[in-house]
Amino acid sequence: MNQRVLASPSAQEPIITVQGLELSYGSFVLLREVNFTIHRGDIFIIMGGSGSGKSTLLRHLFGLRPPARGQVFYGDLSYWEADPEQQERVKRRFGVLFQGGALWSSMTLAENIALPLEQYTALPAGEIRELVSYKLALVGLGGFEEYYPAQLSGGMRKRAGIARAMALDPDLLFFDEPSSGLDPVSARLLDDLIIDLSESLRTTVVVVSHELASIFAIGSNSIFLDPEAQAVTAAGDPGRILSETQDPKVINFLTRGEGVRERPGVPLPFRERSSK
Amino acid sequence: MNQCEIVIEKLPDGTLRLGLAGDWKLGSPLPATHGVYAELAQARQPQRVAFETSGLGEWDSGLLVFLARLFEQCRGAGVSVDQSGLPEGVQKLMNLAAPENQRSGVGQQAARPAFLVRVADATLHQVKGVQEMLAFIGEVTLAFSRMLVGKANFRRLDLIITIQETGAQALPIVSLISLLIGMILAFVAAIQLRLFGAQIYVANVVGIGMVRVMGAIMTGIIMSGRTGAAFAAQLGTMQVNEELDALETLGLSPVEFLVLPRMLALMLMMPLLSVYADLMGILGGMIVGVGMLHLGVVEYVNQSREALRLTDFLIGLFHSFVFGILVAVAGCLRGLQCERSASAVGGAATSAVVTGIVSIVVATAFITFSCQVLGI
Repeated sequence: MNQRVLASPSAQEPIITVQGLELSYGSFVLLREVNFTIHRGDIFIIMGGSGSGKSTLLRHLFGLRPPARGQVFYGDLSYWEADPEQQERVKRRFGVLFQGGALWSSMTLAENIALPLEQYTALPAGEIRELVSYKLALVGLGGFEEYYPAQLSGGMRKRAGIARAMALDPDLLFFDEPSSGLDPVSARLLDDLIIDLSESLRTTVVVVSHELASIFAIGSNSIFLDPEAQAVTAAGDPGRILSETQDPKVINFLTRGEGVRERPGVPLPFRERSSK
Repeated sequence: MNQCEIVIEKLPDGTLRLGLAGDWKLGSPLPATHGVYAELAQARQPQRVAFETSGLGEWDSGLLVFLARLFEQCRGAGVSVDQSGLPEGVQKLMNLAAPENQRSGVGQQAARPAFLVRVADATLHQVKGVQEMLAFIGEVTLAFSRMLVGKANFRRLDLIITIQETGAQALPIVSLISLLIGMILAFVAAIQLRLFGAQIYVANVVGIGMVRVMGAIMTGIIMSGRTGAAFAAQLGTMQVNEELDALETLGLSPVEFLVLPRMLALMLMMPLLSVYADLMGILGGMIVGVGMLHLGVVEYVNQSREALRLTDFLIGLFHSFVFGILVAVAGCLRGLQCERSASAVGGAATSAVVTGIVSIVVATAFITFSCQVLGI
């Protein structure tokens, strides 16, 4: 893609800008005034406890759910104010992995991954077949082309979902809890895959996650959602957040509730474990 | 097992000491505890509650539930609780369930709204339902017009599979039901017509009855229960699994991609099934006519042919075409409206069948009345 070539690696080119977003369910407001920017090549992590609105925020970002208030910009385009044609064009740059994989159950894995390719490219069938096999092999599912989603385990479905999300070589990948349901080794491989994608193709990856190991390993930028404060209470590189923040909730989240020894003022939500 | 008991002791410093002894387990008879609550309710309240549990045997949630209620009473009465006398395990579990360790802000929406508010909510909900249905019908119409100019986006294979499922695979049950309906019609008519020696007119009753409405109605009801429910369950499950969201993020409209082939399949198959049902019904009538009324086969067929007009046949076809649309709309709409839970899928299927059958009957009444007025 032309843009990729033009962008110099050091340029902080904003891809997604969120302004004054309000996240709510009906009249129940979860977060107010959410502002952040995601740059090209970022691996951007949305953190927060369960029920903090991470997945809903992600839906606002990839165009599935209009926010109650506020705007989401892709480059200069305000997505929710754009006309359907422009929205469609933006959407084509997305790849989305849903929590459970969300593979279409009436199609085989190959058909699942081929569908976006058939929709948006004019590639001949043979090439599509090769591409599908390659994408499946990328996530360790080579040879599973003719399987139906129901014949696979949860983790395999998830990986197939990743292959589908990557089918069109998108600029922007959205992952909703990618490593939940994966064994530790697969989760690690997935982290590596995300880093490789971001480094070699400058793909921007937005990840909803609460897997600490993964957050620290891959995250180049992040925000922390706190529904009790109705706000984003920390933002930046996850490692830097941990060393700088004073917010006890953020510290406890990033340390599995163990707190930070040098900052004894932070109350622990749990009793200290006796070391065995 | 030791009978559990509770000993209430009042110490001079205002402490109410509860001695718990025996096995406190769920299902075993618990001691009378109202004495404790009575103490708390007295004008001269104890200042704190403490425990003595050296005689306590085994315990489970039976004890914890009692303590939870006691603690709540104490909090309400402003009496402090000293847990140090309780076993360590009990203290830990009580702490986990303590109100201060629950997520804040949950209790806000528990209050039941006032009657008028609920009436208004229900009304708005109904209005929204109608709006959604109209919007859905509009979307389907647009999808159809896109299909007519060859721009609709769905897999031809889906259409073929759905046609097979809704058409060919429904033949056995349609055969059985319409054969029996034909026989039932013939029986009912025969009893009356035999009084006048006009048995041969059974062929007219069965022929016109089946071809004009009954064939279409019975097929419609079968398809509503069989296919409408299946559509709702399929789309509902896709909703639960986020498969519809995945389609939308790809820029594919679920209405075009999923609803259109299903609608189309049902609109094509329903008239065919209904013609087949007509034939089976007439066959059923003939079985009764020949077997019970001793009419000749040729005689029965000829009488049927004379009785039936092309108009009757076309009205029957029109019925079935309309029913095809209604069943497909009901099934697909309920499926797309499904919420994200397994029980919602069941609800969607049920609702699809109810909506389908009700709309079939209402539509029949409407068409029959119109035909009456138009004199056809």
